[in-house]
Amino acid sequence: MQRELKLQREADLEWARQVSQRPGCEGLFSCLQCGACSGTCPLSIYMDFSPRRIVALVREGFRKDALSSKTIWLCASCYSCAVHCPRQIHIADVMYGLKREAIQDRLYPARFPIPVLAQEFYKMVRRRGRNSEFWLVLRMALRSNPLILLGMVRTGWNLARTGRLSLRRERIRDIASLPQEIAPREVA
Amino acid sequence: MSDRNGAVRIGVYTCHCGANIAATVDVKALAEFAALLPNVVLSRDYKYMCSSPGQDLIRQDIRDHQLNRIVVASCSPHLHEHTFRTALKVGGLNPFYFHMVNIREQASWVHENKAQATRKAKDLVCAAVRRVAFHQPLERGRVAIHPDVLVVGGGIAGIHAALTLANAGKHVFLVEREATIGGHMAKFDKTFPTLDCAACILTPKMSAVRSHPNITLWTYSEVTKVDGYVGNYKVTVLRHPRYVDEDLCSGCLECLEACVCKQAKVPDDFNLGLSKRKPIYIPFPQAVPQVPVVDPETCIQFKSGKCKTTCIAACGDRHAINLRAEAKVEQIEVGTAILATGFQTFDARRTPYYGFGKYPNVYTALEVERLVNASGPTAGEVVLRDGRLPRTVGIVHCVGSRDENTHRWCSRVCCMYSLKLAHLIKERTGAEVFNFYIDMRTPGKGFEEFYQKLLNERVHFIRGRVAEVTDWVFDASEEGKLVIRVEDTLAGFVRRIPVDMVVLATGLEPRADAPEVRRLFNISCASEGFFLERHPKLAPVNTFTDGIFLAGCCQAPKDIPDTVAQAGAAAAEALALIDAGYVETEPNTAHVMEEQCCGCKTCISMCPYHAVSFIEDIHKSRVNEVLCKGCGTCVAACPSGAIRQNLFEDDEIFAEIEGVLSNA
Amino acid sequence: MPNPYGYFPGCSLKGTGVAYEESLLALFQLLDLPLAELDDWNCCGATSYMCIDECSAFSLAARNLALAHKAGHRELLAPCSACYLVLRKTQDYAERYPGIAAHNGHLAICRAIRVRHPLEVLYTDLGPERIRKKLVRHWRGGRVACYYGCQMVRPYAEADRDCDPVRMDELLGAVGVPTVDYSLKTKCCGGSLTGTTHSVGLQLTEILLNEAARKGAQAIATVCPLCQYNLDAYQSEMRRASGKRPDMPILYFTQILGWALGGDLASLGFRRAISGRKTIEQWFTKDRVEKEAYVR
Repeated sequence: MQRELKLQREADLEWARQVSQRPGCEGLFSCLQCGACSGTCPLSIYMDFSPRRIVALVREGFRKDALSSKTIWLCASCYSCAVHCPRQIHIADVMYGLKREAIQDRLYPARFPIPVLAQEFYKMVRRRGRNSEFWLVLRMALRSNPLILLGMVRTGWNLARTGRLSLRRERIRDIASLPQEIAPREVA
Repeated sequence: MSDRNGAVRIGVYTCHCGANIAATVDVKALAEFAALLPNVVLSRDYKYMCSSPGQDLIRQDIRDHQLNRIVVASCSPHLHEHTFRTALKVGGLNPFYFHMVNIREQASWVHENKAQATRKAKDLVCAAVRRVAFHQPLERGRVAIHPDVLVVGGGIAGIHAALTLANAGKHVFLVEREATIGGHMAKFDKTFPTLDCAACILTPKMSAVRSHPNITLWTYSEVTKVDGYVGNYKVTVLRHPRYVDEDLCSGCLECLEACVCKQAKVPDDFNLGLSKRKPIYIPFPQAVPQVPVVDPETCIQFKSGKCKTTCIAACGDRHAINLRAEAKVEQIEVGTAILATGFQTFDARRTPYYGFGKYPNVYTALEVERLVNASGPTAGEVVLRDGRLPRTVGIVHCVGSRDENTHRWCSRVCCMYSLKLAHLIKERTGAEVFNFYIDMRTPGKGFEEFYQKLLNERVHFIRGRVAEVTDWVFDASEEGKLVIRVEDTLAGFVRRIPVDMVVLATGLEPRADAPEVRRLFNISCASEGFFLERHPKLAPVNTFTDGIFLAGCCQAPKDIPDTVAQAGAAAAEALALIDAGYVETEPNTAHVMEEQCCGCKTCISMCPYHAVSFIEDIHKSRVNEVLCKGCGTCVAACPSGAIRQNLFEDDEIFAEIEGVLSNA
Repeated sequence: MPNPYGYFPGCSLKGTGVAYEESLLALFQLLDLPLAELDDWNCCGATSYMCIDECSAFSLAARNLALAHKAGHRELLAPCSACYLVLRKTQDYAERYPGIAAHNGHLAICRAIRVRHPLEVLYTDLGPERIRKKLVRHWRGGRVACYYGCQMVRPYAEADRDCDPVRMDELLGAVGVPTVDYSLKTKCCGGSLTGTTHSVGLQLTEILLNEAARKGAQAIATVCPLCQYNLDAYQSEMRRASGKRPDMPILYFTQILGWALGGDLASLGFRRAISGRKTIEQWFTKDRVEKEAYVR
């Protein structure tokens, strides 16, 4: 039996304030904890913390708990939460910010496919300007869970026979005009 | 500029206001500075000028030193200008030989640097000393108050205010838009927290209004024009024709029975469209006045002229029905008015996720009030539109309230009425009832105990704002039901709860015609649209327009106990004015120098208070000093410089400007 | 010749969503609405870029807006809902948060461009009535559930309203397609979750298919390539309540409109479908006796 007791020295309120400064996250501190976001979120039933609980964690500065959750990765950015929220908080934007922090601090299980997909997508588009679906899925699977590929054999075949599977490596001509930040940057 | 003896003798008083002023402004230096200013005979500094000893100082000095002008440098005139003017009066001086300088809000409270604060205070005092030399003696006017009162709105607020005033011997005109008084309260079945029958407590008051000799009750009427000013309002009331004469009708209601439309086909507004009525109808059985109304939009005689008019035949010798009646316009004079126009409920179609209007078994709370009411469309049975009894009911709190997307405010009564409806529904049907809330707001007397009672009745209380009401089913157990998806935030998971009936606790909002009413009576509203009180704590029933008072939900959402209390307060304020007999007017009004007026009429369109009128036969403008609020717009706008304003004469203003700049 | 709409295909329309591009181009040609694909457009970043680098994500999207502006377009059509949302959001956030434009290096985010979804363009610029007048082929198929997805209507409800949108229903209705009362019109299909956490994504998609069938639909019409892919590609893994595998055609609304307006069958991408191929054959491509099908 583990002791679950939260002490105030773990709370980082300055971080909470920073999160509320991000675009879309302004209303964070006026959250009523009404739960409308969780009630409407189609993924909330799969999450360890509901979206409402993530906001509660963020407001009180419990950074590690929020960033280590599976919740932020399961967010599909459908914006149902933002539209239902009586305080007009864009919870999907809160989730994006937390995802970025989790990737920078490597606070996710090493071979969890969702952040791996995001990173492979980023690398590919940064280098070439477009993504090539086949190669993207391949790289994502190899870096996270190769068994995924086994499950996708039939789908791959279906896509191939209908002409929807392109093996081309897409790229744009003017690569230099793409944003080439050395390190990720926040707006606020 | 000088007094009877020829010289201006000014006394300057600098207040410390404890540390409020003295900590930042060097009051001693200020007093010394003031003593050296032209025409200043005496300069003092004192800890609290507004205190009795402080005021005594002024009075004593006026006598001892023959002062004929006083300047006090202290706080805002809003607070103590009246105090000091009274001190002058008691000391034998015209109160308008006084000028107040604000060195607290305008110097001490906005500076951190003592030297700068003192310097500004010196400039202000210098300006005041120069100005006050030009002050003239002025008198306050008195306006008589007509003793009659107008009450607009015949809900519980209007009824209570009217009865209170009538019992005090005043004549009241009670004007109500609908065909009956009673307002929203007449639609309720039981009221919280005592579960009193609404009709049982309301109808005696309604009858009292009807039979009171001091109340003139005009229903099916509305106010169309208001002229005049406090104490002397001239109001025009339009009385729509009911086509049934109130004096001749005995209330037997046989005409309803006799109507050729044997089946009721017109949606009944009183029952929110849940039932139908005939073209000749009475809103509800205990309506006051107990006189039917004919609806010209649906009555066959009006539409085609070919009806047998069996209603007229049924009326017989009384001849109360007159289908040729016309609207009547009444002109009345009143001294004061109480606005008790009430509220409307939030339109649940604006929150489409809850399915109101899409799914037949989603109801608003007011519709359910009519269902549980014994004189309602289902004779008190809580049944769905297809006649079934609901086995599970979900009550959704905060619909249209506490929401940036609709209304930000909390509508105050919904938690309590949701508890009440939960109790009534469970009692009548034995259904399983779920209340979905964000916060439980039960602060009033007996309210918390009512919540406890509901908890003990095993009504489910789920803390979570309902996300959606939907008909898609997760599995067979949900077939044919409406499903409420919500996060049960206290238990900690998302739930799907299938129900037969959904009740939306819609909030209260200002009526759609509130802006019209506001403009008629020249009062303000706050950003959400409710009528604005003069001060939220200290003057909750007064408005910024003298003589107009507020009562009930037109000012803000509230329950019946608070409405009745507020209505009594409004009546008391009106009585205070009426019994005093007069109201004093401020003399800082504008007046037209008729010799200089060229008749261009610029001032008339400029005046926000409609205080300037044009006298045709002499082709000059004239300011009504009672309506004038002293804003100065016409004074500045007049191209001929023909308008002057008391207390803001040109020489006074120029002296002030010179005074402020003299130390530059 | 009216000014062409700028056309931003996005990565999906060149790959798994190729049927969308084919039918979109065919439909717009039938309607005399010129489309000009942006030269050297780049990936919009979708949801993934924003998970890594906020500033670059906005810059990436902004490059496309700048390209459109340079090409002289005033309007940019983005058929893929994710692309549409990213471009629209970039514009909106750049206006509301000055910090974004400040970080944006050599690209000023172009607010003069109007980012639009083809559904909204057809509804607003043409309207159901004008489309009805161009009807060539009468509908001979079954009932269709119109599925709008999430990112086209949230958080910007310009293409259609978020709760119970109707524009696709009305456009399809104008060409005689009977649509069903579908309560899950804007419920998320799971997006890329079918590729990463497959069982979760699959459950979300399954719900959409089952409910469409329960409401009597025999096909689903979509506006987004990822929604179409999710609904189309995995039906063989699903089971309906009856125990049978669903085999429902998942069509793009442009395919249905293109067919009804007389488009060349080969150009509408019907052969790209994975599920419901037999139904598609019956409804669209199978030859029928002239007088039955082509009645004007």
